[in-house]
Amino acid sequence: MNPFASIGRTVIAFANHIGRITIFTSRSLYHCFTPPFYWHLLIRQIIEIGFYSLPVVGMTAIFTGMVLALQSYTGFARFNAEGAVAGVVVLSITRELAPVLAGLMVSGRIGAAMAAEIGTMSVTEQLDALKTLSTDPFKYLIAPRIIAGILMLPILVLVADIVGVFGGYLISIYKLGFNSTIYLERTWEILEPIDVISGLVKASVFRLIISLMGCFHGYHSRGGAQGVGAATTNAVVSASVLILAFNYVITELYFAI
Amino acid sequence: MSLGFSKISIKNIHKAFGNNIVLDGLNLEIQKGQSMVIIGASGTGKSVLLKNIIGLLKPDQGSIKVNGEETVGVGWNRKQKFLKKVGILFQNAGLFDSLTVWENVAFPLMQDKSFDRKRAQKKAFEKLSEVGLASDTANLMPAELSGGMKKRVGLARAIATDPEIILFDEPTTGLDPIMGEIINELIVEKVQQLGATTLSITHDISSAKKIGNKIAMIYGGKIIWIGEVSELNSSGNKYVDQFIQGSAEGPIQMDFKPC
Ligand SMILES: Nc1ncnc2c1ncn2[C@@H]1O[C@H](COP(=O)(O)OP(=O)(O)OP(=O)(O)O)[C@@H](O)[C@H]1O
Ligand SMILES: [Mg+2]
Repeated sequence: MNPFASIGRTVIAFANHIGRITIFTSRSLYHCFTPPFYWHLLIRQIIEIGFYSLPVVGMTAIFTGMVLALQSYTGFARFNAEGAVAGVVVLSITRELAPVLAGLMVSGRIGAAMAAEIGTMSVTEQLDALKTLSTDPFKYLIAPRIIAGILMLPILVLVADIVGVFGGYLISIYKLGFNSTIYLERTWEILEPIDVISGLVKASVFRLIISLMGCFHGYHSRGGAQGVGAATTNAVVSASVLILAFNYVITELYFAI
Repeated sequence: MSLGFSKISIKNIHKAFGNNIVLDGLNLEIQKGQSMVIIGASGTGKSVLLKNIIGLLKPDQGSIKVNGEETVGVGWNRKQKFLKKVGILFQNAGLFDSLTVWENVAFPLMQDKSFDRKRAQKKAFEKLSEVGLASDTANLMPAELSGGMKKRVGLARAIATDPEIILFDEPTTGLDPIMGEIINELIVEKVQQLGATTLSITHDISSAKKIGNKIAMIYGGKIIWIGEVSELNSSGNKYVDQFIQGSAEGPIQMDFKPC
């Protein structure tokens, strides 16, 4: 074994993978904007991604808001700054936790489903059949998923913002004994539109990552049930890691402006 | 060389995956109205040949003409234009499992803008009854069908647009002999009705004899024998003899590595 050869091979394989993802991404986006459009498939995806994700995103947000209020209270109480709880809750939720946690939950739910569905179609010749029946899988399968994703995750994050802040409010009022009016006033005072908007921008990027990873790994899955299983795992893991990485990058950019 | 009109003309096709040379200068002519059957052992590249013909794989070298028009290396639109004349029954039927049975059959019809959903549905039901499926199966999902029913739905979809050319990848593999026979008869009947040119792939010799009028054997990436169905038993070709007798002894060496 020549160590240089194996390093070289790894680098080439990595570059090859990045290249394939880039080509896949540009093809997918191209087909999002060129007809024909399959409206009924888009609506189905919107319901699937948006509506059916509400419970899981809502549950995640409310418990996160609750634990956040509790934790920041016990922390701030040590230097008599309990009044900051409202601000910490609303900023952490809107800027970070709602987009990231909603992104990760949706990636587990939807990214995995996409990879499994498209992967199964790939290994059972359904993609081949589509291509021979005048239907481009990029238009028929991938574009609706990407468009629905980009439209729906911001809405889910908005819901998560509200539910998460409400969770913090519940704990603060009923467990920690804050005054309801003052708590809400503090929340409004500290919240800037940009906090919510930056969270929504993040959400759109995350959603694109989730759909792309789900579709990419599904589309390229090979070799029966095992291949589909591997594609599903790869889709979720790569989307989750990329979400966390892009979260940092976007936050960095946000503070730079 | 036959003087008839070549519907499909395959010249000097090469296809390799890495070091694995699958097709190695394969030539094949299929005349209009002919029912060509390709036989050959597992892994000799029968499905790869079919995928090259319909453009799912691109040959490394060579030319494939359908109705005299080159199909290798043409763009998506040109490819779709020729595929409109082709019906394909995939090895695993390839039914869309998010659509119902009748929607699967109507799918190729609805690609034609002049067909509205109602008309496509009516035609789909007709095609389903032609392959012997009662109308109560039409609203089932593919996952609810048996293997034989799936093949029949796949057949109904392949003939939905009354294509000039039909390709069958292993139409009877995995079916019991009776269902296999039913599918064979359906294929013969439909092909006659449509006057279609067909190319079938199989390793089922009895099926090959029924649905074909010409048989070609693929080995080592080439067609090594081609002849009428009636000549199959007296081909004088050692490879063909070994294959139709299904014996392990002979010139054909299978890649078989005991663990
Ligand atoms: N997409 C692919 N990538 C790499 N190798 C492939 C691909 N498709 C087929 N092969 C290889 O090509 C060879 C021929 O495969 P093919 O599926 O054409 O066999 P076949 O004759 O149809 O066999 P069977 O009768 O079992 O269906 C095999 O060695 C297979 O591993
Ligand atoms: Mg095959």
